[in-house]
Amino acid sequence: MEIIMAIAAGVLVTCAVYLILSKSILRIIIGTGLLSHAAHLLVMVMGGLKTGDAPVIKDGVTAYTDPLPQALVLTAIVISFGVTAFFLVLAYRAYQELGTDNIEEMKGNDSYD
Amino acid sequence: MKHTNDVILETVTSVITFIIFLFAVHLFFAGHYTPGGGFVGGLMTSAALVLVLLAFDLKTLRTILPFDYKWITTLGLLISVLTASGALLFNVPFFTHAYDYFDLPLFGKTSLHTAMLFDLGVYLVVVGVTMTIIQTIGESD
Amino acid sequence: MINLPLLPILLPLLTGVILMFFPKRIKAQRAVSLISTMLTILASVVLTQVVRTSGIQSVTLGSWPAPFGITLVSDMLSALLVLSTSILTFAVLWYSTVYLSDEHERFFYYIAVQFLLVGVNGAFTTGDIFNMFVFFEVFLISSYVLIVLGGKPEQLRESLKYVLINVISSALFVITVAYLYGIVGTLSMADISQKIAQSGQTGVLTVIAVLFLIVFGLKGAIFPLYFWLPGSYHVPPIPVLALFGALLTKVGVYAIIRTYTLFFYHETGFTHELLAILALATVVIGVIGALATRDVKQILIYNIVVAVGVILYGVAVMTRQSLEGAIFYLVHDMLIKAALFLLIGVMIGITGTSRLNEMGGLIKDYPRLAWTYFIAALSLAGIPPLSGFVGKLLIVRGGFEAGYWIGPALVLVSSLLVLYSVMQIFIRGFWGTPRRYAGKRKAVSGRLLLPAACLVILTVFYGIGTEFVRPYVTQAVDPLVDPSVYIEAVLKEGS
Repeated sequence: MEIIMAIAAGVLVTCAVYLILSKSILRIIIGTGLLSHAAHLLVMVMGGLKTGDAPVIKDGVTAYTDPLPQALVLTAIVISFGVTAFFLVLAYRAYQELGTDNIEEMKGNDSYD
Repeated sequence: MKHTNDVILETVTSVITFIIFLFAVHLFFAGHYTPGGGFVGGLMTSAALVLVLLAFDLKTLRTILPFDYKWITTLGLLISVLTASGALLFNVPFFTHAYDYFDLPLFGKTSLHTAMLFDLGVYLVVVGVTMTIIQTIGESD
Repeated sequence: MINLPLLPILLPLLTGVILMFFPKRIKAQRAVSLISTMLTILASVVLTQVVRTSGIQSVTLGSWPAPFGITLVSDMLSALLVLSTSILTFAVLWYSTVYLSDEHERFFYYIAVQFLLVGVNGAFTTGDIFNMFVFFEVFLISSYVLIVLGGKPEQLRESLKYVLINVISSALFVITVAYLYGIVGTLSMADISQKIAQSGQTGVLTVIAVLFLIVFGLKGAIFPLYFWLPGSYHVPPIPVLALFGALLTKVGVYAIIRTYTLFFYHETGFTHELLAILALATVVIGVIGALATRDVKQILIYNIVVAVGVILYGVAVMTRQSLEGAIFYLVHDMLIKAALFLLIGVMIGITGTSRLNEMGGLIKDYPRLAWTYFIAALSLAGIPPLSGFVGKLLIVRGGFEAGYWIGPALVLVSSLLVLYSVMQIFIRGFWGTPRRYAGKRKAVSGRLLLPAACLVILTVFYGIGTEFVRPYVTQAVDPLVDPSVYIEAVLKEGS
């Protein structure tokens, strides 16, 4: 199961890199979303996938599931949710101001020499 | 958003919103010892509100809930921070919670926990933030 | 008061929340945020003194035992950085009340600054690697709000890049923490250090060390990863730029110092050599950038890059002396960079441009500004007895003593070139023929100068009073040279 999940994370990263390297801002944002999904999945996998045991440790209990990765992932998901929302609003504002969503056209140096 | 006359959606929404909302409250209190809690409860509540937003429009939502969502977020943050820093008064580490069991009428033996106050803050923050985001994106259309 | 390490984080947090209740009332916003930042400074001073007298302070949130709960650890390094952060934030806030237009101030400016302070102080204080990620995100999100302050088209364009870079580096941070957690099975930094020492630093851990270098290097702008910095830092208003330049890259540098002295100190052959090479390349690139541009903002922005390189070189050498130098220089650089940015802010306020070619002769009408800038510039380059000198001296001596000569020599040459680059501002901006200027903030230049001058005076004392500061810095180096000091202080507390 871990192997499959690790491969899934890898596929997600691949898609994310492809999308981030494209020119449209919207695709880039979706790419960052996929990238953070991949990271979250990786946290779960690295914490070890285990089913059937309760996440409590007590005297006499030998088998338990590690609850920490889930807590970490929840935190990370909330953060990436907020950042993605901000990023979308920012991209929309930039689209309104600059009149383009194409990164290529946003190039250019200000006239500082 | 243009107002469409979607009878089925509107009728269903007006019933289902309350069910979702009650389920959200259930999740919120279930979070005490079982899966659930302020975060998912808050998301559920905002899902109900978004449903209203989809079926009707922003104006309807504002008449139902005449709050400024930023204000709700702030209130939630304040509740959470104050709950956590209440520990400072007793000179125990920040975030240390107190809990005990009480015999309440109607509920019987109930466990009361200051973590619930913290969760209430989280709930309000989640509802506030989600609705602020959706309004900000939705308004400019 | 066992929650003392928490106060410099909690005070700005509470203030930020309270300020959110009345975002449009500027006068109240100013007053509340200034008073609360004053209190934060006070708390940091007390914290520093307590750490000085009774050693490393740690508090584990929620009363969980130490390796399981989130620990906040204030050793001397954290306390010093928190103190300087609070001081310079106060100066910048004071400056902002004069500099920013009402329009900017109403746009959640003070709230964002308070949350930035929460994040930066938190990242300096935390003893938990994932919690560090959370605090990184707190100050990053605040910085996203601050960088678009004003909403000019080029600002939006640059902030898109800034946000994208930081989102990617955050994802990398999570991935790195995941790898680390998979191997050592703990998140408490003291515990990680202990586990690595027990199991030995295997190849995988070296890979993780390099990943951490990439993550923090993106924040700290080291050599191949600095590319976003000159563009993004050029666009926000001056007070925001001062905060960014003084704080954000330094958090990355602090994180590198922490991880490289606490976790990955066993196999220094690869990681620290890599760090040294990158640090020197950073110095070179920064100097080239600073010399090549004729824009006052850009000159100082490239000087941020130089300073990051110098500090990290001191860290990479990893002797007691060079680490002491690195910390000396880190604190100095935070204060002096903020002061310099505020000073050129006054220049830009008077002239209405940031281009050196359109300036000149300012010394005639603004002698105080000119001489304050002169002292600050000398201090940045490290002319004795000003504050930059001691740090650089220790770094260079540490480098020579460890048997290297290219590195220290490069750092020395870079000092000269840094001096040349900042003196260029003095020569072209303050000397020369006076012109007629129509800057928007000409009338308030005196009031703008005051906070900047206070910072400069502070750095002068920091330089002259080296004998007084030295014991603090020596204490800050102790846990860096000998991680067991740090580990014992944290884990003993819990048991």
